[in-house]
Amino acid sequence: MERWARSSDFAPEDPVVLTVEGTHGPIIHAVTRPAAERGARAGARLTDARALDPSLVAVPADPEGDAALVERLARWAGRWSPLVQVDGEGSLRLDITGVPHLFGGEAELAADVQTRFAVAGLSTRIAIAPTAAAAWALAHYGKAAAVICGKDTGAKLADLPVAALRLPLDATQVLQRLGLKTIGTLAGIERRSLARRFREADNPVDALDRALGRKPEPLTAVSTSRPPRAVLKLKEPATHPEAPAQALQRLIPDLVQQLQRRHLGVRRLTLTGFRVDGSTSVASVATSIPSREPKHLQRLIADKAAALDPGFGFDAFALQADWVEDLASAQESLVDDPSGTREVARLIDRLSVKLGPDKVRRPQPFESHLPERASGWRPALDKVDPVEGPTAQRPQRLLDRPEAIAVVYATPEGMPRRFVWRRAMHDITRVEGPERIAPEWWRQPSTARLRDYYRVEDQAGRRYWIYREGVIGDGRGGLPEWYMHGLFG
Amino acid sequence: MAKGLSLVAGDGSRAAYSPASGAAPDAPLPGARWPLPAPPGPTLSELFAASPRDAGWAGFLLAQAERSKPLLWVQERMAILESGRIYPPGLGSMELIHVEARDARAALWAMEEGLRCFGLSGVIGELWGDPQVLDFTATRRLAVASERSRVPCWLVRLGGTANLSGARMRWRIASGPSLANPFDPRASGASAWDADLFRARGHSPGRWAIGHEAGSFHLVAAPGGGALGEVERLRA
Repeated sequence: MERWARSSDFAPEDPVVLTVEGTHGPIIHAVTRPAAERGARAGARLTDARALDPSLVAVPADPEGDAALVERLARWAGRWSPLVQVDGEGSLRLDITGVPHLFGGEAELAADVQTRFAVAGLSTRIAIAPTAAAAWALAHYGKAAAVICGKDTGAKLADLPVAALRLPLDATQVLQRLGLKTIGTLAGIERRSLARRFREADNPVDALDRALGRKPEPLTAVSTSRPPRAVLKLKEPATHPEAPAQALQRLIPDLVQQLQRRHLGVRRLTLTGFRVDGSTSVASVATSIPSREPKHLQRLIADKAAALDPGFGFDAFALQADWVEDLASAQESLVDDPSGTREVARLIDRLSVKLGPDKVRRPQPFESHLPERASGWRPALDKVDPVEGPTAQRPQRLLDRPEAIAVVYATPEGMPRRFVWRRAMHDITRVEGPERIAPEWWRQPSTARLRDYYRVEDQAGRRYWIYREGVIGDGRGGLPEWYMHGLFG
Repeated sequence: MAKGLSLVAGDGSRAAYSPASGAAPDAPLPGARWPLPAPPGPTLSELFAASPRDAGWAGFLLAQAERSKPLLWVQERMAILESGRIYPPGLGSMELIHVEARDARAALWAMEEGLRCFGLSGVIGELWGDPQVLDFTATRRLAVASERSRVPCWLVRLGGTANLSGARMRWRIASGPSLANPFDPRASGASAWDADLFRARGHSPGRWAIGHEAGSFHLVAAPGGGALGEVERLRA
């Protein structure tokens, strides 16, 4: 509703409802305050609401847009905690274990969240509770906009309706029919009699246990090892293009210290700039061997960081090592390392960052007889599997696409005599072949033809690798065609 | 001579054979070992392919390349389109890093970046035509970077003209009729080239018909000359 209100030109006093298409006509998805005063409720049919007040204005809602906004906000909420989860429609769950002291306490953290969302034009309901289920219940059904509870969770939950337990709709209805309207009355019932009446999946006893922390919440995404991460908050939003670079100078030593403590090296590094308007801008780089050398990391990410779009300004930066590998603490050798392996790895990193990982590659041999398949390439950032390549004589250069050539030969099955490639005549003085390479029938279509490769030398001594595709009468097409495929050095 | 230098050492001061001017009076006979004219240390050499459709220079380079450390091979996109992508199974066993550069500017940047890294055995860069960014300053930068890090650099020019350059050695390499194949008279044998060193620091220029066999360069008869049969008889 608020997302719609920000971009619409209706006056605030108009009774507007947002609708989605239901099975039996439009259903109200969200209402403005004036519309709510006239009896419109979310979940009701539009026709029913119109019967109460025909002056309602219906506007189609945009659930996909809402979901996208929530997801974007979830990424933005990474400024408060690294563990954020989109929890149902329009809710975010943050694991703030060990976080509040960074913001001065739980109340200050909640206030910070509230003000930042308010600045973005969104109202929030916040609950901080020992369990995820309790926090969800208090945020959705609590009376205050911000609830913080510790040991008194049970007492705070007691007043809430049973719907706050996130049970399926029919289970909630059954409970309400039984007269169990609040969680407090439900908690007073003997457990065995309740457990008997409900199926395992939607058991209110379990839901209650989850809310009170007697049972673990299976949805809670707890990662045992958190990625190394350094955060920098700015007092004022910065729009200067130099800002990310300056932030890096503070973030990198911090991150490197964490990496050193945990004996880790970075393989992928992400700098996230948090904009004031609730969006983020991300720059990411990868390395070919784990590294935690500040100068190298700085050099890698500096260019990309400078290209971050500040929008209305960044007010926080986070530098996170998304992918880390073990790296034992190594003494920087007194003399330069003689093999230069590390130097080469750094070179690959620099080239890959600037030109793109798919442009800087190492050969990756593949067990195949087809020449173009036998020699694959793999980004130099990855590791190459050792595979035996073919041992036959191969050209030094291969055209990406074989080029059709016109060939003159004495007899159809004889040796080629002369060919025209790129509008120039080549007289063949010496020829060796054919080397027959059959198609890979297990992966190619049945119409693929075999190839007869010839190594030819022309009048100037230039040597080429040409092939004839197919033989006459193989039943896979007409006359065989000739192609230029490689050049010998 | 420095360790890691990938060129065969030799003085090469006697321009051995010159098909243009006829045989010098003291020219060694075809078939003699040919010392490759080498600069005093790793530096930038420029190499002009006789034609984009002639890959003979690749064999000439690989014959002198050192294989103990990785080799950085930079190819401009146009060079790949026109004269093919390098094909590792044909290059022999070596550690290779291949860079596909969008244009000459990116290729030169990648080459210079590679030359700052002493862990490489060499840098080969292929440029197409006469790009504007490839001026005297650019080649001079490569030469200085190469000499500082002691990593040899070859700048390969496909379809380019020999304009002003800071390269210490400038070659023009064309394929020549290959040597005799001992197993099949109709097949081509080991590679041979018509190598023209037209500018060299500390060296007299010269033009040689050479072949590479059994790990070393040899002089062969002039390309197109009728002496091929005679050479074969001499060597037999």
